[in-house]
Order: sequence, then structure tokens, then C-alpha cells
Amino acid sequence: MSDDRPEITRDEVAHLARLARLAVTDAELDLFAGQLEVILGSVARVSEVAAADIRPTSHAVPLENVYRVDEVRPSLPREAILAVAPAVEDDRFRVPQILGEEE
Amino acid sequence: MTELHQLSAADTAAAIAQGEASAVEVAHAHLDRIDRTDPAVGAFLHVDTEGALAAAAEIDRRRADGQPLGPLAGVPLAMKDVVVTHGVPTTSGSKILQGWIPPYDATITTRIKQAGLVMLGKTNMDEFAMGSSTENSAYQLTRNPWDLGRVPGGSSGGSSAAVAAFQAPLSIGTDTGGSIRQPAAVTGIVGHKPTYGAVSRYGLIAFSSSLDQAGPFGRTVLDTALLHQVMAGHDPCDATSIPQPGPDVVSAARQGARADLTGVRIGIVSQLTGASGGYQDGVLARFADAVALLRELGAEIVEVSCPHFDYALAAYYLIAPSECSSNLARFDAVRYGLRAGDDGQRSLEEVMSLTREQGFGAEVKRRIMIGTYALSSGYYDAYYGQAQKVRTLIAEDFRQAFTQTDVLISPTSPFVAFGIGERTADPMAMYVNDLCTLPASLAGTPAISVPCGLSDTEGPALPVGLQVMAPAMADDRCYRVGAAFEAAFTSRHGAVLDQIPDLGELAMAAAATKEGQR
Repeated sequence: MSDDRPEITRDEVAHLARLARLAVTDAELDLFAGQLEVILGSVARVSEVAAADIRPTSHAVPLENVYRVDEVRPSLPREAILAVAPAVEDDRFRVPQILGEEE
Repeated sequence: MTELHQLSAADTAAAIAQGEASAVEVAHAHLDRIDRTDPAVGAFLHVDTEGALAAAAEIDRRRADGQPLGPLAGVPLAMKDVVVTHGVPTTSGSKILQGWIPPYDATITTRIKQAGLVMLGKTNMDEFAMGSSTENSAYQLTRNPWDLGRVPGGSSGGSSAAVAAFQAPLSIGTDTGGSIRQPAAVTGIVGHKPTYGAVSRYGLIAFSSSLDQAGPFGRTVLDTALLHQVMAGHDPCDATSIPQPGPDVVSAARQGARADLTGVRIGIVSQLTGASGGYQDGVLARFADAVALLRELGAEIVEVSCPHFDYALAAYYLIAPSECSSNLARFDAVRYGLRAGDDGQRSLEEVMSLTREQGFGAEVKRRIMIGTYALSSGYYDAYYGQAQKVRTLIAEDFRQAFTQTDVLISPTSPFVAFGIGERTADPMAMYVNDLCTLPASLAGTPAISVPCGLSDTEGPALPVGLQVMAPAMADDRCYRVGAAFEAAFTSRHGAVLDQIPDLGELAMAAAATKEGQR
């Protein structure tokens, strides 16, 4: 299956960049198209391993999901959080408009 | 006489405890060393002179009051900039966090403060820890103190360079695919990646959550173990933190220093010894010497095969980008960090896209897009899902190998430090630096890198690292074997770091070369 190389076009990069909220430039589209194709072609090797009945791993030591004790603890002070925010208004994060004019 | 900045962490703590030097004097000695050498090395993004001197003065006050002090009280430390530090700038090497002053401490920051360590400042790194040379930092290059024209490894290159340049006896790095071990190897120091879950990730700026693990750097195995002991332990703030106590790595390092490995079974992984991957001759020669020396110490050497290690690179470069594309979604220009293009007209989505375009560097964008691709509907099973299964197979290879061995060894990296700019144009050429370190990352198992000599096949004499890998929660074996090797090597050849060129002369030579090129 190693000939199953994904072809990454400029349009595909533009689509990925849109999904990832990256306003990439034209020059980057050209650069990344070539690089992503090489990288994805190389990592596609994982498909060579037959692993249908193998379970996935994400931790070295099996852990059980547990709920922590429901204790009330002080959170960080609001001023400390807002002091490092990019824009603040009336004690809240100020956010650019969410809905466009046409909506 | 040995100057204060040349002492090991253990000797520094002893000198302070016995009143031979004050913690403030020790801090000054290191801050002066940073002043003199960092214009050439570039290890630090931020030096916290005031904070360091205040922390040191507090240790001196506690000592004067007769309060008990920990085994590293007053010892200076350099912190990788991916670790959140209350009141001290933290950027993770990215422009998107330029000027951010965290309102809280990471758990490991709290732990080093409680242990009385003196944080000198924050060290340079590849942006969000993505890289193997520290060249992906948005701020500056860090130069290898062995040869200022070469990289210090990465992504924890500021932390490795600081310790190798005697700017700090200890530093903290993080290792996702090799980012502690590889920089330790190429700068001639010791670096350990703990078992995943042994050290809290609370307050590490996340890159790949199922792989990220913080760990210690030092110039000796014992120093590294002393810092490990301070960092490790269960933390309820990190859901992946292991709720059992870890092994006593300091005792293991002291036991190892007796240089007796009688009865210890050491496996050489045939997949990591140069059949493919472009290993340099000098690296393979030092590795062969290391094997011979371990045998002399009484170890039983066997060869083991771990066939799925050949898929580690592919699996890693799917898992890490996938998880990073998800983790870095938090940089949305709303709650912290940069906001670009907010002119009152643009929508949140446009502002977000402009901010991320401006705030992230090329490697970060590449990985976010790879991850976005690999996680997209229709591809998830073939890429991320399959890569997580490869992890299981790699872990199974380790389990098999550890039925007949106590530890596994390999070179830490196929290469010695390479030249600045040599590999930046080709992402895959950069990725193969992690060839030997990736299996332990994917299995979540511990591994240490200890210096095993110099190679001069690539020009100047440059350090080579020996990697020692152990089963999960058996970090003590890494320290025992590492310390035994270090003791035996040093008694025969002297410490590797003793051969580092004088930084003043290096800086002058570099300036002269630059002059000659004009």
C-alpha cells in the first residue's frame, strides 16, 4: 500500500489552512503543497502494518478514568486572567463580531 | 580553584549547606557567567536576575534560621520556556505568546521552588517544542557551546546549551519525540525522559499530550537524578499523572557509580544500530566502544530485534501533528496572546486566521495542517488510528525485549551536532534526528542519554550520546546503568565535558571566521 501516496495540491493546502484557521499566503501555498506531500507520503507507511485486531495505545501505564473529588477550590482571580487578555471590555474578554453582516 | 559555576549541582548544594558559599554568591556567579557567555550562545530568552537573587537570598535566610534545606537548595536552574512560570514571561518560543506573563505556576515550577532551586531564567526552544535544532524558535538561534556554528539540538536546545556552557548546573526540558535526549547527546551532557505520567504536565504548554513529558538535564547522572526526584510524583491536576510513587532514582545513580554491572542484561536493538538511517561512522564507533565498556563492567550483552521500531518515525509524525493541531486550537486570539487584524470590521474567524498566520512559524503551520489532514473524516482510521495501533506494536516489541533484558541501548541520535541552517530547508531531513529516541516516546517508557565520547569524523570533535531505555516505571535502571557507564568512562578517559573548548576562544574564532568571509 506504500504506493498509496496522497497528492496534495495547492487547493488542498488552502482547504486545510481554512479548516485550521491559518490565513496562509500564496507563497506558502506553493511551499507547503510540496512539503506536505513528501511528509504525508512518508508517514503513510503506517498502513503497511497489519493491525486490524490491535488495540490503540495512548499511555505507558494503563490508567482508569476516575472522577476527582468534587471540592470547591479558588480559581485564579478574574483580574489576573483579564490582565493578559488581548482585549477587555466591562470585565470580560472583548471578542470580534461572530456573525457577518450578511447573516 | 574550581569556580562556583563549574561545580556540580550536588557539590553546589553541599557548599551552600556547609556555609562555604552563600546561595546569593552562587546565583551571582551563574548570572555573571550568563552575562559573559550568552551573547555568543543565546541559550536564554529571559534572564530573571531579580527573581533569582530573591530566591537565593531566601535560601540563605532559611539556612541562617537553621531551617532544614533540601538536597538541591540554592542550586541554580534554567527552565525551558514551554513551562509556565508565574510572573515570568513564557512564550514557548512563539510570537503568538510574546509578552505573555502567566498568572500561575506549572506543577514542576512549584516543585522546584519548594525544593529551594533558584530559577535563573527561561531557555530558548523550537516553537512549541516542534523541532530538533532550536532553529524553529521565533526569537533567536542558540549555538552549541562545542562549536558555535552548530545547533545545540532541540527542541530543548536552550536548556542543553545552558548546562553545557556552565551557565547553570541543571535545567529542565521537555521530550515529546527526543527533545531532551537528543540535545543532551549533541552537547555532551546527561538528559532523561521519564516514564510518561511520572512528571506532571500541568502547566506545560501542550504540544502532543499523549507524548509530552518534562525531564531533567545535568552534567552528571547523579545531578540529573537529584532533579528528577524533585520533579516527579503524582499530581491531581494532571489526569494522566501516575498515582503511584516512582522509583528512587538518586539511590540508583549512587549504586551505579560503583561501576559494577555484574548480572545486568543489556540488549542492543538491532533496528537502531545503523543498518538504515544514515548513522555517522563516528557515532557508530563510539557506540561500539560503549558496548565494550559495558561488557567490561560485567554486563551481559545480547542483541534483540524490535521490528516495529522501523515504523516509529511514521507513527510519530502522524500522532504528534494530530495532537498539536487540536492543542494549538486554543490560540484563538480571544483569551491570551496575540490578536492581529482586529479593525472593528473583521469577524472573529478572520481575526483568528490572521492572528494564527502571523503568530505561528512555518514548522508549526506545517504540523497543524498535517494533523488537520490526518484527523479529517475519512482519513482518521487510516492515519491517527493506525498510528496509535503501531504504538501498541512498538510497546509490545519493548515488552518482548525486556523479557530477556533489563535495559536496551542504542546511540541517542544517528548524528552529532550539525551546522546551523544545514537541515532547515527539508523537514524530513530534520525529522530523522529523532530516529533512535522515538520508540521510547511512543511506548511512554523512560530513557536517558549519557555522553559516550567524541566523534571527529564530521570536523571538530563533537559529543556522542548513549541511550539507555528501560521499562515503564523503571527509570531507576536508566540511572543505574547510566551512572555505571559514566563512572567507568570518566575513570578511563576523563569527563567528556572536560574537553569542551573555552567559550571565549570559540567566540573569537567565530568572529574571525565571519571577518574572513567578508
